[in-house]
Amino acid sequence: MADLIETRNLVKVYNSGDVKVVALDEISLTIDAGGLVAVMGPSGSGKSTFMNILGCLDKPTTGKYFLEGIDMGNLDRDQLAHIRNRKIGFVFQTFNLLARTSALENVELPLIYSGVPAGKRREMAMDALHSVGLSGREDHYPNQLSGGEQQRVAIARALVNSSAIILADEPTGNLDSKSSHEIISIFQRLNIEKGITVIIVTHEPDVAAFTRRNIIFRDGKVAEDKIAQKNTSA
Amino acid sequence: MLDVSARALWRIGCSSFNMFFLSSLKIAFRAIRVHRMRSALTMLGIIIGVGTVIIIINAGSGAKSQIAKQIAGIGSNLLMVFPGSTSSGGVRMGAGTKPTLTISDAEAMKEACPSVKFVAPTWGGNAHLVFGNENWSTVVTGTIPDMFQIRNWPLAFGSLFNQRDINTAAKVCILGQTVVENLFGDIDPIGQVIRINKIPFTIIGVLDKKGSSPRGRDQDDRIYVPFSTAQKRLFSTHIPGLVRTIMVQAKSLELMFEAEKEINALLMQRHHIQSGQEKDFTVRNLTEIMNIAQKTANIMSVLLLTIAMISLVVGGIGIMNIMLVSVTERTREIGIRMAVGGRSKDILMQFLIEAIILSLFGGLLGMVLGITACKVIAAVIKWPIPISWEALLLAFVFTGAIGVFFGFYPANKASKLNPIDALRYE
Ligand SMILES: Nc1ncnc2c1ncn2[C@@H]1O[C@H](COP(=O)(O)OP(=O)(O)O)[C@@H](O)[C@H]1O
Ligand SMILES: [Mg+2]
Repeated sequence: MADLIETRNLVKVYNSGDVKVVALDEISLTIDAGGLVAVMGPSGSGKSTFMNILGCLDKPTTGKYFLEGIDMGNLDRDQLAHIRNRKIGFVFQTFNLLARTSALENVELPLIYSGVPAGKRREMAMDALHSVGLSGREDHYPNQLSGGEQQRVAIARALVNSSAIILADEPTGNLDSKSSHEIISIFQRLNIEKGITVIIVTHEPDVAAFTRRNIIFRDGKVAEDKIAQKNTSA
Repeated sequence: MLDVSARALWRIGCSSFNMFFLSSLKIAFRAIRVHRMRSALTMLGIIIGVGTVIIIINAGSGAKSQIAKQIAGIGSNLLMVFPGSTSSGGVRMGAGTKPTLTISDAEAMKEACPSVKFVAPTWGGNAHLVFGNENWSTVVTGTIPDMFQIRNWPLAFGSLFNQRDINTAAKVCILGQTVVENLFGDIDPIGQVIRINKIPFTIIGVLDKKGSSPRGRDQDDRIYVPFSTAQKRLFSTHIPGLVRTIMVQAKSLELMFEAEKEINALLMQRHHIQSGQEKDFTVRNLTEIMNIAQKTANIMSVLLLTIAMISLVVGGIGIMNIMLVSVTERTREIGIRMAVGGRSKDILMQFLIEAIILSLFGGLLGMVLGITACKVIAAVIKWPIPISWEALLLAFVFTGAIGVFFGFYPANKASKLNPIDALRYE
């Protein structure tokens, strides 16, 4: 069986004016299904660029990205949307919830695009909210929730469609340490209990300590790729 | 394995369409509600455009049928001959002021003009009527029975004058409906005797209701007596056989100008007028005047419709403008929707539906405005303005089309955004 994720010589070059920025420089790595991976590295080292490509939100300049053995470079817009809908849940540093839209409706969003009937949609979204500990808050709007709660809504949205992969780009970057801790333990639980592959970008060493594998980026390259022997529980 | 074949996508697309449509509606209504004022202002162009279209179509067709009714009312293919000249400009005496036309002119027309079907002279004036305790003042016109053919004006009850009545200047009369209402109420007037300027007259007939004339005069407020009776007993003349007007019906619409020419030639010959000299009579083509009125009404409504269409297009551009603003403002929302699996066509549909709803909602308000205005206008000018459902349907479909047409560009722009660029948009 193929690896869940495989990148081959992934390159991303940004041309902003005359300046050419090589954000990713020949990244080749594989990630197994069921992995819990921390992506680390200094600011500007290409972590977000890498995550966006893994999440099919962006395309590499050159190189290949295989998801479950399929070359994402061969898919068109709608097929990529379908992958994002069914296979990948993305969690952003800035939450990216729809304003003036209840927690429940935010979580239902991916299900709308996969055509789940309204009744079923609600049920699934309630389950997802329950699994991140937000039962009873489904009618709250994002501006009525704390940062940690908003991020949990975002996680519920990422897992509601039974995604195989959750990609989280600095999910605790805007949170206090207590909320951060809760968020990280949710990811850990999802990884262990549901077997979801979780890839987290983080700056915090203690977050990285929870994960089984740490990939460290530097100047668009993988500087280090450590596989921890033991798993510290949250 | 991933199932991303076109077939699977197609199936998903179809099954999700209905649900997707409903949630798009919901999103659209929310967006409109959030920006109430902006949406209302955006809709204004459409509201005014549709309102105007509704008013013009309905009031226009009301006016047209009113004019058509009046044309039928004054009689078809109608020419009117007056004494006096109106052919030259300046400060001259108007038509009907010089006593130059006589009954023999009328008789000659009937005989010598092949394009003429009926000729009816008139002579009359105002008179005071008394029946029992009731009084009424009205116009009494002396004429011959052909008048009622020309005017296309049948009797409701009774009979017309006969040749003997005319020969003997009989004291008989035919009443219009207004006179009957004012003098008789519920009493059957046929056979009753009324006094016209103190002279007793027997009522032999009552005319159908005619309504008001194109100039708004009540045509039913009138009494007809035999021509000879008017001249000999009621409004005597210094010249015998003098007439006030001669009503003429041509044989057909096509023959109206022919008839006009024949009458002109005949009267010039009879009155010894050389060509180029000023005429002492005037021939007026009433049907033509009414047709011109109808044409003017048509041109006016085409003009107003054009303005309304321009207003609709401007309204559409307003919608396009506000949708472009909306797409820009909601770039991050679009990015989020794409990130969780929204396809291009989902985004396209969402914004298109929003534009269509804005447009249709404006259209509906415009219809309400238009219908209300029609009712008010109908109440003020006292013409019936029937509301045409076809016009409403047309307006509805048209505003929907405006929504699609002007909403497509912004919606398409939204759907073509790159997910990551949309998400990063500040
Ligand atoms: N849209 C963009 N246009 C131009 N340069 C970009 C863009 N996004 C990222 N970069 C550049 O690419 C490099 C990597 O950025 P990023 O992947 O965001 O790093 P990280 O997430 O590790 O902080 C940086 O130098 C950044 O300035
Ligand atoms: Mg980053």
